[in-house]
Amino acid sequence: MPELILLRHRDIPNLNQLPVYRANGGFEAFHKAVTTLKPVEVINEVRLSGLRGRGGAGFPAGVKWNFLPNDLWPHYVVANADESEPGTFKDREILESNPFQFLEGLMLASYAVQANLSYVYLRGEFWQIAAQIDRCIADLEEAGLLGEKLFGTEYSLRLHTHLGAGAYICGEETALLESIEGNLGQPRLRPPFPAIYGLFGKPTVINNVETLTNVVPIIQRGGNWYRAIGPEKSPGVKIFSLSGCINRPGNYELPLGTTFRELIFTHGEGIPEGRKIKAIMAAGASSTIIVADDRALDTPMDYESVQQQLGAPLGSASVIILDDSVNMAWLVNKTVHFFMHESCGKCTPCREGTYWMSQLARRISDDGKVEAEDLDLLAKVARQMQGKCLCALGDFSTMAVLSAIQQFRPDFDRSLSGPGALENPDHGTGSAPSTSDA
Amino acid sequence: MNQMLNANPLKARRLLDQYPGEIRQILSKYPAGHTRSAVMPLLFLAQRELGYITQQDIEEIADLLEISTTDVSSVAGFYTLFHLQQEGQPTPRYRIQVCTDLPCALNGADHFLEELCAALGIKVGETTPDGLFTIEEVKCLAACHRAPMFQLQGDGSITYHEHQTVQTAQVLIEELRQSVQESKATPGVKGGSNA
Repeated sequence: MPELILLRHRDIPNLNQLPVYRANGGFEAFHKAVTTLKPVEVINEVRLSGLRGRGGAGFPAGVKWNFLPNDLWPHYVVANADESEPGTFKDREILESNPFQFLEGLMLASYAVQANLSYVYLRGEFWQIAAQIDRCIADLEEAGLLGEKLFGTEYSLRLHTHLGAGAYICGEETALLESIEGNLGQPRLRPPFPAIYGLFGKPTVINNVETLTNVVPIIQRGGNWYRAIGPEKSPGVKIFSLSGCINRPGNYELPLGTTFRELIFTHGEGIPEGRKIKAIMAAGASSTIIVADDRALDTPMDYESVQQQLGAPLGSASVIILDDSVNMAWLVNKTVHFFMHESCGKCTPCREGTYWMSQLARRISDDGKVEAEDLDLLAKVARQMQGKCLCALGDFSTMAVLSAIQQFRPDFDRSLSGPGALENPDHGTGSAPSTSDA
Repeated sequence: MNQMLNANPLKARRLLDQYPGEIRQILSKYPAGHTRSAVMPLLFLAQRELGYITQQDIEEIADLLEISTTDVSSVAGFYTLFHLQQEGQPTPRYRIQVCTDLPCALNGADHFLEELCAALGIKVGETTPDGLFTIEEVKCLAACHRAPMFQLQGDGSITYHEHQTVQTAQVLIEELRQSVQESKATPGVKGGSNA
């Protein structure tokens, strides 16, 4: 078994206790950075590592940090712990079980951009996790690792948590900033980007929990060590959240570039009840659905390969497995209903588009009283939304719709065949695994 | 900030009387001039005891942060974990919020929800006759690998309950009923339905 870099708590019991974390090298990287490295040296090391944002967009972290102007102050760092994409549950495990490594990463990012006040934005449902993070922060203050003039230097840092209250859209970085400012969680028009005009109108870096957790070993062991893991353009390890029709759902920390086949059949131990794999959603509910043929299964899971070979984004690597009992009309109804519920209502194409897609998808999936034109209309509404929304949520809502209609048309025709076509309410098909692999 | 905390004595000040230290601590998290950031933490504080937010709480928070009641209400209305006291809306002590999003649904969440409703004799969105439990359907809670699951919102907290069956959920429900009964029987201890 290769050494775990992020999910280290699986090897080290009680790693969420500060003394245990420190006994295992914890805060050596932060101490080293603050006492011996210039902020720009921390940024350069992270750039050298090739670390890309783990929240979904895959933007190089060091490059992002470098965007903050040095003539506008103060700077802020905000950790995005609003993990809400259906199929994603990786940040939660880090926050619950390895919280100090995440906090040390946030502290390193704060030092790198010389922020003296940083925030952890957690989704409100992470109520108990937030209470633990608050205790961790108090422990760090008591240990002299947070506060004024750290390690006798001029650098000071405070951390605070801020709880969301149930809104997927707050994972979008500008909506998240609005939420911290006490407003509705609705995305901002960009530019200006948060690097210039972020939290409280000041230059701000927003990073995902997993991204920040990677920073600690990078500073400890060097960017060159990190970039030797995984493929050249997507270096490092990634936590793949595996769920859906799979024998062993859970989080798997693997090098980027691991194939779908290895994740699903070696680590996830395959599909239950002897069923066949039908499709993969690699980026949660926002996925372009991938037909699970041999070519797809042998594709390496890194940002470039999945996009270039399969035309689907890897996103936050929330891999939902669909077996041959899953009807795609039923699935589209589920994903579209999610996005309708979570649309913030600010821009018209998304607010109206998700609503009408949901009406149509429900009629196609549930009612049985379906006109064939409904399917074309559904696809038309989806296409009309694309590229016209204020943030990515609108586009995300169309991905499963269009890729399902294009690749699994027979599933919708089955739905169109009238009431009773969908007998198993759990998977949207009758109990006989009669759906073709399309 | 101190000036703010000595709000006009004629106005509502339940929160200020009940949680002065916590309010001070919440306000200290944000830079000077950005007290509006405290609106969400204060809304959580307002619904801690009863499980819902009253119009008086809205007015007090607006006063504290020097923003309009419309601003406070709009934030409370936007986020699903806040519950405004409204006519015709249930004000249960506990909300059982079942995730029925795609990964959970692939593992029996829709069935679980249906059976749980049947066991309690209510529909989604309805409250048990004792006023204690409302069942709600919610979006992804980042527990996709442990479906079926729900979160329990109530008593000023949120807890996760994973790998659930109708039986395990009913055990929890009975335990909560029991503890409410016991706290009712003990004078001076907070408890009882707030319906």
